[in-house]
Amino acid sequence: MRLFRRLSAALLTIVLGICVLGASGDHARFNDLGHRMMCVCGCNQILLECNHVGCSYSERMRNQLLSATQQNSNDDSILQAFVKEYGTTVLAAPTMQGFDKVAWIMPFAVFLTGSVAATMLILNWSRRQALHAVSTGPGPALDHYRRQAREETEL
Amino acid sequence: MPEFGSFALIFALVLSAYCVLAGILALRQQAVGIASDRLAETARRAGIAIWAAVTGAAFALVWAALHNDFSVAYILHHSNRDLPTPYKFAALWSGQEGSLLFWAFLLSTYGLVLRLRHKVDVKLTAYASTILAAVQLFFLLLLNFAATPFSLVRGSIPADGNGLNPLLQYPEMVIHPPMLYLGYVGFAVPFAFALGALIMKYPGEKWIHITRRWTMVTWCFLTCGIFLGAHWAYSVLGWGGYWGWDPVENASFFPWLTGTAFLHSVMMQEKRGMLKTWNVWLIFSTFMLSILGTFLTRSGVVSSVHAFAQSSIGEWFMWFLGLTLLVCLYFYVRNRDHLRSEHRLESLLSRESSFLFQNLVLLASCFAILWGTLFPVLSEWIQGHKITVGPPFFNRVNVPIAMFLLLLTGVGPLLAWRRTSWASLKRNFAIPVLAGVTTAIVLMALGMRPWQDAAHFYSLMAISLAALVTATIVSEFVRGGRVISRHTGANLLASMVILTRRNTRRYGGYIVHFGAVVIVVGLAGAAFNQQKEQELGFGDRMQLGPYTLVCDNYTQEDNPNYSIEYAILNVYKNGKPMGQMFPAKKFFKASQQPDTIVANHSTPREDLYVIYAGRNLDTDKPIIKVFINPLVMWIWAGVWVLIGGTVVAMLPSMSAAAVPQIQRVPVSAAALPIHSDPVGAGD
Repeated sequence: MRLFRRLSAALLTIVLGICVLGASGDHARFNDLGHRMMCVCGCNQILLECNHVGCSYSERMRNQLLSATQQNSNDDSILQAFVKEYGTTVLAAPTMQGFDKVAWIMPFAVFLTGSVAATMLILNWSRRQALHAVSTGPGPALDHYRRQAREETEL
Repeated sequence: MPEFGSFALIFALVLSAYCVLAGILALRQQAVGIASDRLAETARRAGIAIWAAVTGAAFALVWAALHNDFSVAYILHHSNRDLPTPYKFAALWSGQEGSLLFWAFLLSTYGLVLRLRHKVDVKLTAYASTILAAVQLFFLLLLNFAATPFSLVRGSIPADGNGLNPLLQYPEMVIHPPMLYLGYVGFAVPFAFALGALIMKYPGEKWIHITRRWTMVTWCFLTCGIFLGAHWAYSVLGWGGYWGWDPVENASFFPWLTGTAFLHSVMMQEKRGMLKTWNVWLIFSTFMLSILGTFLTRSGVVSSVHAFAQSSIGEWFMWFLGLTLLVCLYFYVRNRDHLRSEHRLESLLSRESSFLFQNLVLLASCFAILWGTLFPVLSEWIQGHKITVGPPFFNRVNVPIAMFLLLLTGVGPLLAWRRTSWASLKRNFAIPVLAGVTTAIVLMALGMRPWQDAAHFYSLMAISLAALVTATIVSEFVRGGRVISRHTGANLLASMVILTRRNTRRYGGYIVHFGAVVIVVGLAGAAFNQQKEQELGFGDRMQLGPYTLVCDNYTQEDNPNYSIEYAILNVYKNGKPMGQMFPAKKFFKASQQPDTIVANHSTPREDLYVIYAGRNLDTDKPIIKVFINPLVMWIWAGVWVLIGGTVVAMLPSMSAAAVPQIQRVPVSAAALPIHSDPVGAGD
C-alpha cells in the first residue's frame, strides 16, 4: 500500500507538472465565436454548422463575423453587435447576466442540493445504525457466522 | 380501405373503453369478495381484440400508401407514386396522424403480449391490463377525434402526392422511428405494473421481476432508437455531427435517463428492500417523460427542426399528462405505507450509496436537459423575449455531470453491499486508478493539452475515466474468472464465460458499462474535430490534416423520384492514394427539397467526412466541405457492445437451472454447504 501511495503521489506530481508547463496557445476566435452563435434562418443550427443550400443568412453572418474578428473588436462587443442586429436568439446559449444566469445556476444547484441531501441522509442513517449496534452489543456469538459469510462471499 | 380503417379505429375505441370499465368493475368486485372472473376475462379478451382492430387500421393506412390512394389526405401529404415501396411503408410513421396510429399499434402489441402472458400473475396482470387499456383509450380518442389518419381529401383528388420528406428517405429512417417508439411506448408496461402493484398493495418485489425484462427490452429499443437517430443525423443531415441537442433529441433522452436510473435502483429494492418509493416514482416519471416529450414536440411549445406542425393535439397530451400525474399522486398518497423501506443505507462507502448517487446524477442530467429545453419558454414568459438554449449550454452543463457518472460507473462495482472498508477500497482501486492516471499521462505525452482548451480537458478526463472503468470491469471479470478457474480447472477465458453465464445480469451489466465506455471514448474524439470548406473546380486540390482531395469530375443523374448531382474526388492520405469519394446532393421532385448524401471514409482512428455543400452562385463552382472527425466509429461500435450486453443481461442465468438439481440430493448431502448462488452473486 505504501508503494501504491508513493506511486500515486509521483504520478500526481507529473500530471500537475505537465499541466503547469507552458499554459499558452492561440484560440481560433472565429471558430469559437461562430460556435457561440446560431444561424437565424430558422434551421436551429450553430452558425458555423448551418449547411443549408443557398442559406441567405449564414453566409452573410460568417462574413460579418470574419471581418469583426479581423478588426480586433473584443468578443463581447462582437456578440453584442450580432444581438443588436439579429435579436437575442442569435446567441447559442444564455448569457451570464440577469435572468439568463438562472439557466446556468439551476442545474448545478439542483445537482448539489440533491447530492448534499443524500450525503447527509446517509450519514445520519449510518450514525443511527452505529448507535443501535453499540446499544445492542457486538454479539461475539455471531462472529463465527460473520467470518463464514465473509469467506463464502469473498471472491 | 379508408372506411375500413376508420371503422377499425372506432371499434378499437369501443373495445378499449369496455376493457377499462369492465376491468375496473371486475377488480372492484374482486376487492369486496364478489366472484367476477368471467367479467375480468371479457375485459382481457377485449384488450386482445384491441390489437386486432388497431392492426387492421394500421394495415388500411399502409394499404392506402402502397396503392397510391390519394383520396386519403395523410397519404396525399406523405407519399407519391414514385416513392420506393419501403418508404411507402415508412409513410405510416412519417406524419403526425400516422405516427400516432403507429404508436397505438405498438401499444396494443405490447398489450397483446401482456394479456396473453396473464398467467404469470393473473391479478396483477388484470390491474396492469386495465391501466394499459386506459392509456390505449387516450390514444384511440386522439386518433378518432383529434388526429384522424383517414380524413378524406375534399374536392378533386390530385393525381400524385406531395411525397415523403427527403430527409426521411434513407434506410435507417425506416428503422429509427419504430425503434424509438418501441422504447417510448414500452415504458407504459412497467408503468402499468408499478401502478397496479401500488393500487393493490402487491406484496413483495415480484412485480419488479415480472417487469425487469420488459424494462430492459424497452430500454434497449430506446437506446437503439436514439443512436440510430444519431447515426442518421450524421449520415444524412450533413453538418458533421451526430447530436445537436435539438428538443426532439432531448425528448428521447429524458425517459432514457430515468429508465437507466430505474434499471439500477430496482436492484436495491430486490436485494435489500430499499428505495421502493423512489423506484415507483422513477418508473412513473419515465412514462410521464415519454408523454411530455411527445407533448413538447407535437404542441409547438418548443421549436425544433423535427417538430410536427403546431397543432391542438398538444393540449390533449397536456391533459393526459396532468391526469396521469393526479392518478399516480392519489394512489401514492393512499398507499404510501406499503412502500416503506425494509432497510436503510448504512454507509457512504457502499454499493447502495453508489447506486443512489448514480441515480442522482442521472436525474440531475435529465433535469438539466429538461431545464435547458424549456428555458426559452420560461424566458419568454418572464422577460418577454425568447432566447436560444443550444449545444454550448447543454455541453457545458452535461459534460461535468457525465464525468461524475462515469467515475461512479467505475467506483460502484468495487464497493460491497452495506459497507466497504478503507482497506478493501484501496486494494480494489489500486489498479483502476493506476490505469486512469497512466492513460492521462500517456495522452498528455502524445500531445493532448488540457490546459489550453476546455474541450481538451474534458476529452482527457473522459478517456482517463474510461480507462479506469475498463480496468474495473476487467478486474471484476478476472477476479471471478480466477475463482471459477481454481474450482473447475478451466482456463481463464472459459472461466469468465462460465462466470457470465452464471450471473448474466451482473456480467451482462458490466458489458453494457463497457459499451458505454467505448461510446464515451468516441464522444471524446469530438474535441479534435477539424473542418475545412473550399470551392473545388476540376483538378483543384484541398488539404486537411494528412488528407488531400483532388476533384476528378462532377456528374448528374436523374430518376422519377429525384435528380442527383455528385462530385468524384480522388483522395490521398500522406500522398498515398486511398480511392475515390462521391459526396452528393439530391433534389426530390415531388417535395421540391434538397438532401445531402455524405461521403464518409470511416476507420477506428477517424472519419473523413465529405459533403457536397452546393454550388457558389457567382462562380458556379461546387463547394466541398471536409471534416476529420476522430473516433466516431467507436460510438457505433460501443452501441453494438451495449446491445450485446443487454441481451446477455436478459438471458436466464445458468444457476437458475442448477437449483432443482441441488434440491434432489439426499438429506445427508443437503446438510453440506450448497454453493447454489453464482460466483459474484449479489450485485
